[in-house]
Amino acid sequence: MSHIHLKDVSKKFGDTEVIPPLNLEIKDGEFVVFVGPSGCGKSTLLRLIAGLEDVSSGRILINGEDATEVSPAKRKLAMVFQSYALYPHMTVRKNIAFPLRMAGLSSTEQGKKVEDAAKVLNLSEYLDRKPGQLSGGQRQRVAIGRAIVREPQAFLFDEPLSNLDAALRVGMRVEISELHKRLATTMIYVTHDQIEAMTMADKIVVLQNGRIEQVGTPLDLYRSPLNVFVAGFIGSPKMNIIEGPQASKYKSASIGIRPEHIAISDSTGTWKGTIGVSEQLGSDTFFHVKCEFQDQSITVRAIGGLELAYGQTVFLTPEKEHLHRFDKDGLRIK
Amino acid sequence: MARASSKRSKIINSLIAWTLGLIIFFPILWIIILSFKTEGDAIRSPIAVVISNWTFDNYFVVQDRSDYFKHFYNSVFIALGSTFLGILIAVPASWSMAFVPSKRTRGILLWMLSTKMLPAVGVLYPIYILFIALGILDSRIGLVVVLMLMNLPIIVWMLYTYFREIPEEILEASRMDGAGLREEILFVLAPMALPGIASTVLLNIILAWNEAFWTLNLTAAKAAPLTAFIASYSSPEGLFYAKLSAASVMAIAPILIMGWFSQKQLVRGLTFGAVK
Amino acid sequence: MSTQQSRSAAKVMLAPAVVLLMAWMLVPLSMTLYFSFKKYLPLRGGDLGWVGFDNYTRFVSSSSFWPAIGTTLLIVGGVLFITVTLGILFSLLLNQPFWGQGIVRIMFIAPFFVMPTVSGLVWKNMFMDPVNGFFAHLSRAFGSEPIQWLSQESILSLTIILSWQWLPFATLILLTAIQSLDSEQIEAAEMDGARLLGRFWFIIIPHLARAITIVILIQTIFLLAIFAEIFVTTAGAFGTKTLTYLIFQRVLESQNVGLGSAGGVYAIILANIIAIFLMRIVGKNLSD
Ligand SMILES: Nc1ncnc2c1ncn2[C@@H]1O[C@H](COP(=O)(O)OP(=O)(O)OP(=O)(O)O)[C@@H](O)[C@H]1O
Ligand SMILES: [Mg+2]
Repeated sequence: MSHIHLKDVSKKFGDTEVIPPLNLEIKDGEFVVFVGPSGCGKSTLLRLIAGLEDVSSGRILINGEDATEVSPAKRKLAMVFQSYALYPHMTVRKNIAFPLRMAGLSSTEQGKKVEDAAKVLNLSEYLDRKPGQLSGGQRQRVAIGRAIVREPQAFLFDEPLSNLDAALRVGMRVEISELHKRLATTMIYVTHDQIEAMTMADKIVVLQNGRIEQVGTPLDLYRSPLNVFVAGFIGSPKMNIIEGPQASKYKSASIGIRPEHIAISDSTGTWKGTIGVSEQLGSDTFFHVKCEFQDQSITVRAIGGLELAYGQTVFLTPEKEHLHRFDKDGLRIK
Repeated sequence: MARASSKRSKIINSLIAWTLGLIIFFPILWIIILSFKTEGDAIRSPIAVVISNWTFDNYFVVQDRSDYFKHFYNSVFIALGSTFLGILIAVPASWSMAFVPSKRTRGILLWMLSTKMLPAVGVLYPIYILFIALGILDSRIGLVVVLMLMNLPIIVWMLYTYFREIPEEILEASRMDGAGLREEILFVLAPMALPGIASTVLLNIILAWNEAFWTLNLTAAKAAPLTAFIASYSSPEGLFYAKLSAASVMAIAPILIMGWFSQKQLVRGLTFGAVK
Repeated sequence: MSTQQSRSAAKVMLAPAVVLLMAWMLVPLSMTLYFSFKKYLPLRGGDLGWVGFDNYTRFVSSSSFWPAIGTTLLIVGGVLFITVTLGILFSLLLNQPFWGQGIVRIMFIAPFFVMPTVSGLVWKNMFMDPVNGFFAHLSRAFGSEPIQWLSQESILSLTIILSWQWLPFATLILLTAIQSLDSEQIEAAEMDGARLLGRFWFIIIPHLARAITIVILIQTIFLLAIFAEIFVTTAGAFGTKTLTYLIFQRVLESQNVGLGSAGGVYAIILANIIAIFLMRIVGKNLSD
């Protein structure tokens, strides 16, 4: 239903350029995730698309039409805020109906759509409560309900799950993904949690200091990060980055190897090191191995239950086919 | 040990507080008592006053002789009118400054405050002749306008401090939901700020009701509110204590009740948010 | 948020308030300034031409000027002294636990809601009247001659009336300030062995300093402008003519508008000097 195109969009607050000119295309029905460290401009970019902030330069096209000057109320986009931003003086029913009321729907139509949305989101029992009487997860659902009733061109989410506890977060993550499958509406989702990004996205946009570092599917980003920043940001635990003579051996300024792509042995291997902290997760074990060529320890993923004593000497062998090579500017060497 | 001494200090505190409270409140209590006495009894010694017969007559006499309710109505009209008009002008202004602040916001707020501090007597004559020129001397409309202007800075300030406590994201959410500026203010901001708006309204009614410079100087028989009506007792004929008391009680009762509800917000309003 | 749209909407919505207040300030003010440089007697010839600073010098050299300044200072100073001292004591008292706090608090703040004309007349007649007043009855009960309050002790009388009206204001604001004092801070001081008086001087008073300053500044501005209380009690007789009242008489009673306007300009300057201090405090509060 909608296709969003940012053309040379930039944003300045006063004299500081938070987002240098960037281009981005979001296709109809795509689930796009913006990730990046705190302060990199994710929210700002989302708010530019929403129309809550003016662009300093560039154009925003929605379905091919120039929406740069269109007010947020008229862009037909729905937004779910980090704080949920529910109307505290209205009941859940009124909250969800609000966009419909603004669109001038009759109250019977409003009622029907609200009931439908409530059923989908398991909110039917709570329709006559005020937001203050709901749990965090329920509030989150109300915010989503308010977004879906009006059948927007696209959904914008700004870290919608960051105020929820870990268990709830996983559940809501799945619910939002299902919602996307069912509605097949474009969704733009901001998070700084790379697991959310990996699990939900059709397309991930990695941002740093307002610049787009890489755009691609989760697996693209995992398999062939374009630079050291993306390599370090995507994947958990982080990719190990090794510099110096060990990297030179591979004719690169630095090399990267993910913890899951290193074999650990007590007798032979490429790198010698000693076991530091080990983290037993049950399914996996993570070892932090201290090697003499590197101050930072190297993280290694091994099968669950493997026990190696602190200080024990081990040997690590990186899998050649999963080794990432970067030049002195941190860019990937093909 | 701590318990016993705190119990005793509570008794002592209560005694002192009640005694002082009664002394402070006594003048009001006294006119309430006098208002239920006959004129003859009202000028007798305090003990004689208290034990004399009670009567409701004064309240009726005040109305019959001096058309009390006309003045009461004037007061209501002026207080409500100036408050309503003030709120109407201040809500958009406060919205602007609270949610779209600019470099000048702070300056504008302080400047507004400074207009409130202008001594009225300094501009008495200009206002007086302007009123004559505009034909609004001794009219309710004229007073509504003057009192509105006089209290506008306080209204703007109070609303501003209340609006600032409302998270901006909620207003943004309403914008995303398709609300225009009018709907945003009417359906989202105003209901959320309702407690703040209510206390602003209350304080402003109190201030307008009790205003006694412009109401005395710009009215005569027609538009005189209670402040001016009561002032006419300063040169009375014959015995008047009981009637003055009855008129006074009726004049202050509504405000006492309102003031009671708005004690907390009063401080914020009267100190421009500097003491919370 | 600030999009171009919302910024221009904000300008439009702010405009009425700003324009109205601007007019309310500038129009009468410039008229006052204009008159102050004229000999202007509406009932005796009207506009008699420009006189330069004549009105300004005549206003301060008239025989009523310095007495009016003295009266103003006495009344304002007296009321400030009484309301601040008692206000501190009362607010400390009201902050203690006792029975019937709600009712007592209402009794304490009630005078503030009494309209100035009522309080002036009630005190003048029912309390200070030398024949039928409450105080006169009391004096006679103790066998002494009643005091002629408003004629012989006129300034004291007005100070009492105004203090009664403004004490609730001071008490209420100081009470609010005290309630924001961390009780832990007091307890810590108690643990440190600070005695009652020590706690009062070294913790409570410094904490209240800001609130006291605000009370003083705001009350000063209002007290300089008091009018109705004098109007209904002494009408400026018996040495109760304050600066405000003097100007009022010049303008409306003797219809010497030029002279009164010059006085008005003095009053405005005086109020502004105090206002600057108040705005400093309020402005500081605005930025944090
Ligand atoms: N209204 C504003 N005025 C000035 N600077 C701003 C404004 N809003 C955001 N910024 C700055 O722009 C940068 C990007 O902010 P933004 O909120 O987009 O970050 P973010 O990626 O969403 O971070 P987070 O993950 O912490 O939410 C930050 O450096 C921030 O300080
Ligand atoms: Mg953000």
